[in-house]
Amino acid sequence: MNERLWNIIVESFPKLLEYGLKVTVPLTILSFILALVIAVIVAMIQYANVKPLLPVCRFYIWLIRGTPLLVQLYVVFYVLPEIGIMLDAYPVAVIVFGFNEGAYMAETIRGALESVSVGQMEAGYCVGFNYLQTMWHIVLPQAFRTAFPALSNSLISMIKGTSLASTITVREMLTEAKVINGRVMETGGLYVEVAVIYLAFCTLLTWLQHALERRLARHGGTVK
Amino acid sequence: MMLEAKNVRKFFHGEEILKGIDLQVEQGDVVAILGPSGSGKTTFLRCLNFLERADEGELTFDGEAYPMATATHQQIARLRRKTAFVFQNYNLFLNKTVLQNVTLGLIVAGKMKKADAKRVAVDALTRVGMADRLDSYPSQLSGGQQQRVAIARGLVSNPEIIFFDEPTSALDPELIGEVLAVMRQLARDGMTMLVVTHEMDFARNVSNRVMFMDGGRVIETGPSQAFFQAPREQRSRDFLRSIQDARQ
Repeated sequence: MNERLWNIIVESFPKLLEYGLKVTVPLTILSFILALVIAVIVAMIQYANVKPLLPVCRFYIWLIRGTPLLVQLYVVFYVLPEIGIMLDAYPVAVIVFGFNEGAYMAETIRGALESVSVGQMEAGYCVGFNYLQTMWHIVLPQAFRTAFPALSNSLISMIKGTSLASTITVREMLTEAKVINGRVMETGGLYVEVAVIYLAFCTLLTWLQHALERRLARHGGTVK
Repeated sequence: MMLEAKNVRKFFHGEEILKGIDLQVEQGDVVAILGPSGSGKTTFLRCLNFLERADEGELTFDGEAYPMATATHQQIARLRRKTAFVFQNYNLFLNKTVLQNVTLGLIVAGKMKKADAKRVAVDALTRVGMADRLDSYPSQLSGGQQQRVAIARGLVSNPEIIFFDEPTSALDPELIGEVLAVMRQLARDGMTMLVVTHEMDFARNVSNRVMFMDGGRVIETGPSQAFFQAPREQRSRDFLRSIQDARQ
């Protein structure tokens, strides 16, 4: 590695990390929260068999899973203005990432809900709970524990996916690398640097996931 | 009469599982429901607590009438507040500790203060000999211990009757005794109990009445001693003999 490239990498590191922490991380957190809310609602509608809303959920999952994330970003960002809906790039990114991952997570959570034994629900009724109380105190927490590894996957996949926001003018970590790259006329080195920062974020998340899984296991042990 | 069920009928996929069951339970009764597997006894018990919906039948409980096919959510909730149900595989809340399993119903459904609920729960857990495991999770307990916690969970709401659905059938043989001992003590304390069971010693010595079912019908009802010493019906005799044979 020549000295010039090394200097560029060292100098650009604080800037890139700053964009990572200031843009990529919050963008991921907001999108993930939105995805989680959507996923729980969609999963519960299917689990509880709310007939009038089932086709809506199925259509949503079908549409999202059947089209590329990048295309979804383009459609929302470039096509919506044509019909008079103007949104900034950042909220578009949050909405698209949230709705996209929400569809996958809805299936994860639905599967986890269905894995909770029906006896848990019956026991809830027998101690006087209504449907929502049983769901909230008993079924959802157990389903969440089952879904936890898969949800962690979604989160990790999402943090990397946010780099696609650079294509709709959101100024995030990858955008910033492109800008610096253009200024200093370098080719690939900066992208390796960006990759390393993503890798660090994901390593941190994986570590966090394992720590939380150990904690969950302590609080109730294995769920049959 | 504390509980009276009349003409309970239930269909499953077009097949009649319960063909008009009648049952009367007085306060303080311990009724054992016996019968070969597939006789409908568990289904009948579950219908009484609306875990299954009967297609026909009249239930009178604590002076109130419940049409079994059409009872409303409010009626069912009222009935469940005055009853408790103990399951074959315990169904303790797996994400809650022993103490939480017993208090949660009081706090969430009964709007009781946490400290009060804990006092009541510890009393009940003491009765079943589980007060030393308050912070354990169900997965850390043996089947017998889980079932005793489940009984304590039923006791805290002060039920007028407890339904037991084969409470010892999922247990290893050496763990059955501790659960039966708890149930025997409850019977001595005057608790009204309706017990679907295969434990003949319990039916003979603890329950005061027996209802014998076969093929979705009641074959014979009567005092326990009489049923075991001199069963009136041929099918009852066959059943008792088959159990005796199995033991030898």
